[in-house]
Amino acid sequence: MSLRSTVRALPTMIRVGFSEAVAYRAETIVWIAATTMPLVMLALWHAVARDAPVGRYGAPQVTAYFLAMFVVRQLTGSWAVWLMNMEIRDGTLAQRMLRPVHPLIAYAISALAELPVRGLLAVPVASIALVAFAGDQLARDPALWAIWIASLLGGWLITLLANLAIGCLALFIESSTKVMDVWLALYFVFSGYLFPVDLFPPALRHATEWLPFRYQLGLPVEIMTDVYDAPAALAMLGRQWAMVAVMLGVVALVWRAGVKRFAAYGG
Amino acid sequence: MMKQYASLLWLQLRTSLALAMQYRADFLTDGFVEVFWMITALVPMFVVFGARPNVAGWTFGEALMVTGFFTLLQGVLEGAINPSMTLVVEQIRKGTFDFVLLKPKDAQFLVSTARVLPWRAVNLATAGGVFAYGFTKLGRSPSLADVVAAGLLLFASVAILYSMWMLAVTLAFWVVKVDNLTVLFGAVFDAARWPSSVFRGVVHILFTFVIPLGVMTTVPANALLGRTSLAQVGGAALGAAIALGVSRLVWTRAMSRYTSASS
Repeated sequence: MSLRSTVRALPTMIRVGFSEAVAYRAETIVWIAATTMPLVMLALWHAVARDAPVGRYGAPQVTAYFLAMFVVRQLTGSWAVWLMNMEIRDGTLAQRMLRPVHPLIAYAISALAELPVRGLLAVPVASIALVAFAGDQLARDPALWAIWIASLLGGWLITLLANLAIGCLALFIESSTKVMDVWLALYFVFSGYLFPVDLFPPALRHATEWLPFRYQLGLPVEIMTDVYDAPAALAMLGRQWAMVAVMLGVVALVWRAGVKRFAAYGG
Repeated sequence: MMKQYASLLWLQLRTSLALAMQYRADFLTDGFVEVFWMITALVPMFVVFGARPNVAGWTFGEALMVTGFFTLLQGVLEGAINPSMTLVVEQIRKGTFDFVLLKPKDAQFLVSTARVLPWRAVNLATAGGVFAYGFTKLGRSPSLADVVAAGLLLFASVAILYSMWMLAVTLAFWVVKVDNLTVLFGAVFDAARWPSSVFRGVVHILFTFVIPLGVMTTVPANALLGRTSLAQVGGAALGAAIALGVSRLVWTRAMSRYTSASS
C-alpha cells in the first residue's frame, strides 16, 4: 500500500466516482432541491431584518449570507458515513481492504467525486443570484478569495473527516447513523447554517470558535461575504486547519482501534 | 365492518411497536436522538425572537403556537405517514405489493397503517410543552371554543398532509422510484415551522396553494389564538374532504394500472 501506487490510482478512482455521480444525476438534482433550508432561512431573516438590521445583518447582508450558504453547503457536503455503515454491516469493507488503496482514501475520493456534479448543477444558478441580488456584499480583495478557496477545502475536509470518524464507529456499534444524527443536529445549530453565529449570545458565540461546526460552513460564508479583512481571515483559516489536523488524528485513532474488531462477516 | 378495521389497526400498531423494540439499545438511542433534535430545533426561535420582539406580525408566544402545530404534524408525518409510504413504494418496486392486494381488506387502509415509529410520539409531548410555554409567554390560556376549533383544523391539516402523500405514492405506480420524495418533502415541510406571513411573493403563493404548508400550521395556530371564524373552519373541513376524495380517486385509478413487478 505504498503512497506511489495510491497516487497512480487516483485519477482512475476519481473518474469512476464521477461516473457514478453522473449516472444518478436525477437523484443528485433531488438532493440539491432538498437543500431548501438556506432559502427558508433567507425568507425568515428577511422578515426579521425588514425594519432594522439585526446586528450587522440588514436585508442585503441576509440575502448575501444565505445565498453564499447555499453555495458553500453544496460544495462541502459529504455523505460517506451512510456508505460506510452499509459496507461495514454487509462486509463489503473486506473487499475494499484487499485492494492496494487504503479504504478511507477510497471513501474520501468517492465523496470528492460527487462534488463536481453538484457544483455544476447548483452553483452557477446560485452564483448568478448571489451576484445579481447581493454582489455589493461580496468580498473584493483577491487575497480573500484565495483564502476562501483554502477555507472551502478545509470545510469539506472537516465534514469528510467527521463522516469517516463516525463511520468508523460502526466497527464498534451496530450502526452509527444515530451518532451522525446527533452530530448533524449540532452542526445545524452551531455552523451558521440556520443563522449567522454572530447572532448567538457572546458565551455561545465564543464556544463556536472551539467547535468544528463553524469551520465547516460559517467560515467560508463569512469570508465570502466580506466579514473579515485578510489578516483576520488568515487567522481563522489557521484555526480551521488546526481543526482539520485534530480531526485527522481522531480518524486515524478510531480506524486503527476499530479495524482490529472488524470480523468481515458476509465478505 | 368498522370494528374489524379498528382491531386491524390495533394489530398493525402492536406489530410496529414490537418491530421498533426488537433492538433495545437502538430503541433507546432513538428516543434520545429524538429529544435532542426537538431541543436543537427550537434554538432558531430563541435567536430570532432574541433579536426582535415581533417578526412578520407574530410575537414570540404567538409564533410558538405555529411551532407547536409544526411539531405535532412533523410527528404525524415522520411517525405515521412516511414509514408506511416508504414501505408501500418499496413493495411496488419489488412486486411484493401483490401480497397486500391478496388480503381481504382495503389495500389503501392496509398500506396507510402498515408501519408506525413509536418514538415520534415524543413530538406530541414536546408540542404540548411548546403550547404550554407559549401561553405562559402570552400570559393567558385559550378558550374551550378555540381549542375545539384548533383541534378540528389540525384534523383537517393531517387529512391534507396524508392526501398529498397518498398522491405522491400513487406516482410510484408510474415512475417506480419515488423514495427521494420523502427527503424532498421533509425539506420543504420544514418551512411550515414559521408563520406563513414570513414568506412573501411567489413563495407565499407556493406555500398557500401548491403545497398548503401555511394552511397546515399557521391556520390552526391562529385558531388557538382566537383569530379564526366558523367559515374558516368549515372551509378547511371542506378542503380536507376534497383532498381525501381526490387522493382516494387517484389511488383506485392507479390500482387498476398496477401490473405487478414480475409481469
